[in-house]
Amino acid sequence: MSNLEKLRSLFTILRKEMVRFFRIYIQTFISPAIVITLYFIIFGNLIGSRIGQMGGFNYVQFMAPGLILMSVITNSYGNVVSSFFNAKFTKSIEELLVTPIPNHIILTGWVAGGVARGLLVGVVVTAISLFFTEIIIENIALTVLAVVLTSILFSLLGFLNAFFAETFDHISIVPNFVLTPLIYLGGVFYSIHLLPEFWKNISLVNPLMYMINAFRHGMLGTSDLETLGFSVNFAIFMMIVFITIIYSVALWLLNSGRGIRS
Amino acid sequence: MKALSIKNLKKTYKGGLDALKGIDLDVEEVDFFALLGPNGAGKSTAINIISSLVTKSSGKVEILGIDIDQNHSLAKKELGVVGQEVNFNQFEKVSNIVINQAGYFGLSRKEAKENGEYFLKRLDLWDKRNEVGRNLSGGMKRRVMVAKALVNKPKLLILDEPTAGVDIELRRSLWDFLQEINEQGTSIILTTHYLEEAERLCRNIAIIDEGEIVENTTMVNLLGKLEVESFVLDIDKSLSKGELIEDKYQIKLLNDKQLSVTLEKGQKLNDVFSYLSKNQISVLSMRNETGRLEELFINLLEESK
Repeated sequence: MSNLEKLRSLFTILRKEMVRFFRIYIQTFISPAIVITLYFIIFGNLIGSRIGQMGGFNYVQFMAPGLILMSVITNSYGNVVSSFFNAKFTKSIEELLVTPIPNHIILTGWVAGGVARGLLVGVVVTAISLFFTEIIIENIALTVLAVVLTSILFSLLGFLNAFFAETFDHISIVPNFVLTPLIYLGGVFYSIHLLPEFWKNISLVNPLMYMINAFRHGMLGTSDLETLGFSVNFAIFMMIVFITIIYSVALWLLNSGRGIRS
Repeated sequence: MKALSIKNLKKTYKGGLDALKGIDLDVEEVDFFALLGPNGAGKSTAINIISSLVTKSSGKVEILGIDIDQNHSLAKKELGVVGQEVNFNQFEKVSNIVINQAGYFGLSRKEAKENGEYFLKRLDLWDKRNEVGRNLSGGMKRRVMVAKALVNKPKLLILDEPTAGVDIELRRSLWDFLQEINEQGTSIILTTHYLEEAERLCRNIAIIDEGEIVENTTMVNLLGKLEVESFVLDIDKSLSKGELIEDKYQIKLLNDKQLSVTLEKGQKLNDVFSYLSKNQISVLSMRNETGRLEELFINLLEESK
């Protein structure tokens, strides 16, 4: 295939994914919009008004970047894990396997679909947060870079989950028992400095903490990272390293045909 | 150049099942080729290896002279496959299913839409283009599968039981369509359990059993191996049992206006007509009692055991 043909194949996969998640728009956009609105009303306005300042900002402003990134993460991951598992389960993956598309284009196409959904939901959630607080973006390049890298990383993780999943249970175990605790313990709702020393140390090995704080740093211009002795550049670098490793593993699995070819 | 060339193809599944035990197969360009065999013989394994749905244990596969291991993308570009099971997303619209398939082959959106429209119209699916897949009947789903396999205008089309469970009217219209695209230059490999289908459409045939090719010849040669052939004749005169006995042609009365005639190799149907004519019996119509290929098929499989 020529590069132009590969590009067309890639956009076809992306278009198919976008058509799919727009078709289920209630699940894609309305559901996170309602959940985020509830977070803002309950944690932001009702409880947040009693908490006061956090990290030098009012609580809703502090929480907003975390909530936006949380939506991006869950939607990027959820889109790829459900779509790819469904393709395996219904055998519609065969539509792609019988074509000349190289495996790296198949993988990139699915990840692009996850990123597209994650970012679009992120935009919706950002728009909703404007009803509750003033959105500050101190460093637009860092903000965009952090959200895109996080979305790519979790789309890839969703792909890996779908690759190994054999039942519908398997695609909900990781989001429920791994992803959600890591997000909640990653500093979406609080500054890491509020934790006791033991839990603060535990949080240092939570990769979500670095992503949420890198994104928060892009928006608010400050985060827990500097006070913990890490630079934002380190967080971005680590995300790129993880993306490279997980992309390579996912591609290797796809090439091996495990679970999709007999 | 050969449309398909398979050399010493072997497949052993996990668990030790030898699905293919080193088959060799050549299909000429523009051929209409039948690959027959009982359930579990290895037909679908062979097809799935060609279309990359199954990884081979060893051997070589070339599509239009291109080795699928050495230049996978180029080899697959000219291939269209209609699988045994419906394998499209049934929540997608018919037009999207077909157009996206063209996109996967790298066709531009414009070309994909044009090809999609052409094949949807040719397969009487144009009115259903905005329906989602799950709302279609079984026959329509099979036609979507065919449209999907043809949308990249492949030079080699492989159909794995394309008419399974399809009504006779649709089956015949699909036969006409396949014959037409074959005449236009597409090589076709067909697996089917309807032996009448293979006999009517295919010029060459291979029979596979327990992972081995047990026959590979032309349809004419294969049918020439028939030792006996039975016909059913509808006659104009009512006969009663015992009225017409001729051992030479093994004539049997099926009912008062229907006869069964069995001819051995070398015997002429004209002699039967002359004999009946002498007895003032006219033949109104005639057909094969059972599929000729069916008899041969069963004989070959028995011999191979």
